Amino acid sequence: MASSHGTPPVFNNKVISWIDHRLPIFSYIEKEYHTFPTPRNFNYFWNFGAIATVMLVLMIATGIVLATNYTPHVLMAFDAVERIDRDVPQGWLIRDLHMNGASFFFIAVYIHIFRGMYYGSYKAPRELLWILGVVIFLLMMATAFMGYVLPWGQMSFWGATVITNLFSAIPVVGESIVTWLWGGFAVDNPTLNRFFALHYLLPFIIVAVVALHVVALHVHGSNNPTGIDVKGPQDTVPFHPYYTMKDGFGVICFLIVFAGFVFFAPDYLGHPDNYIPANPMVTPAHIVPEWYFLPFYAILRAIPDKLGGVLAMFGAIAVLFVLPWLDTSRVRSCTFRPIYKWFMMLLVVDVIVLGICGSKPPEGFWVPLSQLATLYYFAHFLVLLPILGKIERPLPLPPSIADSVLKKKAV
Amino acid sequence: MVATGALGAVGVAAVAWPFINNLNPAADTLALSTIEVNVTPIAVGQAVTVKWRGKPVFIRHRTEAEIKEAEAVPMAQLPDPETDNKRVTDTAKKVRPEWLIMIGVCTHLGCVPLGNKPGDQKGEYGGWFCPCHGSSYDTSGRIRKGPAPKNLVVPDYLFTSDSLVRIG
Repeated sequence: MASSHGTPPVFNNKVISWIDHRLPIFSYIEKEYHTFPTPRNFNYFWNFGAIATVMLVLMIATGIVLATNYTPHVLMAFDAVERIDRDVPQGWLIRDLHMNGASFFFIAVYIHIFRGMYYGSYKAPRELLWILGVVIFLLMMATAFMGYVLPWGQMSFWGATVITNLFSAIPVVGESIVTWLWGGFAVDNPTLNRFFALHYLLPFIIVAVVALHVVALHVHGSNNPTGIDVKGPQDTVPFHPYYTMKDGFGVICFLIVFAGFVFFAPDYLGHPDNYIPANPMVTPAHIVPEWYFLPFYAILRAIPDKLGGVLAMFGAIAVLFVLPWLDTSRVRSCTFRPIYKWFMMLLVVDVIVLGICGSKPPEGFWVPLSQLATLYYFAHFLVLLPILGKIERPLPLPPSIADSVLKKKAV
Repeated sequence: MVATGALGAVGVAAVAWPFINNLNPAADTLALSTIEVNVTPIAVGQAVTVKWRGKPVFIRHRTEAEIKEAEAVPMAQLPDPETDNKRVTDTAKKVRPEWLIMIGVCTHLGCVPLGNKPGDQKGEYGGWFCPCHGSSYDTSGRIRKGPAPKNLVVPDYLFTSDSLVRIG
């Protein structure tokens, strides 16, 4: 769609015009964020890309400020973070924004991923757009994991130990890889040092991949709740002011909830054990990762075999890369897929169940439940998706986006 | 073309290697010395945890019952078969069944198993229990149940006298 709109803009301001003639950034902004034709029927699920971008910027801004007061050394890290909380002017605020910002970044991204899956945004011609999104998700997980290690509390230390040990499951070279990751014989000062360096680096790589994600998005434009293609100007509105306003509204609503946590329950999403300094001699009785990793943690523990568990956990993310090819249905949106729609909702329930299992000790009833939920997770992608596309009879699609909007109004 | 490409690849690998190897343990980390522990204060049935190379090492003074139990287990029941005798032999090949010395790191994902302190949960097999993912070890520190694939690792150690043991 990018090619379909009009003549290049004329700028009245001479300075802008001079710059734009040599470096067309103003034309670019005009084309991609002002006149950019965008489907007119977005619902609020389409806010979460913008919300996630805002969270990324917030994380980088707060992170840079935090880094100025942080020391990546095993003897000083814990105290440095406590000092940020207690002594540094507004340090508590910056840290609570960063800490809760990670959670809310994941909330935004999980909703964004759900949106993409429910409305079939990953299907042709947006497969690479989707894959870049999964790459961003992976980078976010790595960044969040390393960030959680930096306060050097008990959960930091043991989280780092467990996650780095995942690589020891690799046959033959596993142990050497783990030693290489640690820079020693256990998680220790070299580990903390390099995690800090990488935690600072990865967000900027995320920014770069987000840029590619947006470039890919602007080739064919956004998908929409009907999943059908834009057929003409009657189906679209310019991005500005329509969606700058709607995104702005969504961002503000999201930030209100975020601020509620930051100011009234800053530690609600964290774990109290991380306020105990790291002790390599004692593992806390019940170690859990941050909430956003719990479903994957449950998959890891559901398999009673070390290598199998690790493969299943990585496989749970790897399967997302091939999602565009596992789904055999030609219809994008679940709105018109009467059977798949319910399985999609079941997947959401399944992931929540996995999350709950991941937060419980690995015993009793939670073990078979997490195994069942893991089975459904993989069956959903590897069995249901390919088969349903063949046997499901989709509902009739509306002739155009404009039709679907106007008909809804008439009813 | 092929030759140029191959030479280029060798060049890239040669430049990349220092960056990769740089992340391996440094000389001072590798030089972490051995430790010596006086085992006289450890009463029968007691266990202590000492730190070696940044990791906990368990030293357990086993009771007769625990030794018997460990020796009686048929090899067929063990996921990682190893005789109890072999696990209590020091580097001078001297067997001391009363002293079990192991690295206290679960072979699953590296947590420290419970079972060294009097009130600790010891798991179904009376040895150690890892709270992270539920692995149970017996009185010889061998894996019996749960996701851990291997027995708790026995480090190189040597009793320099009846009361002193050198680990490492």
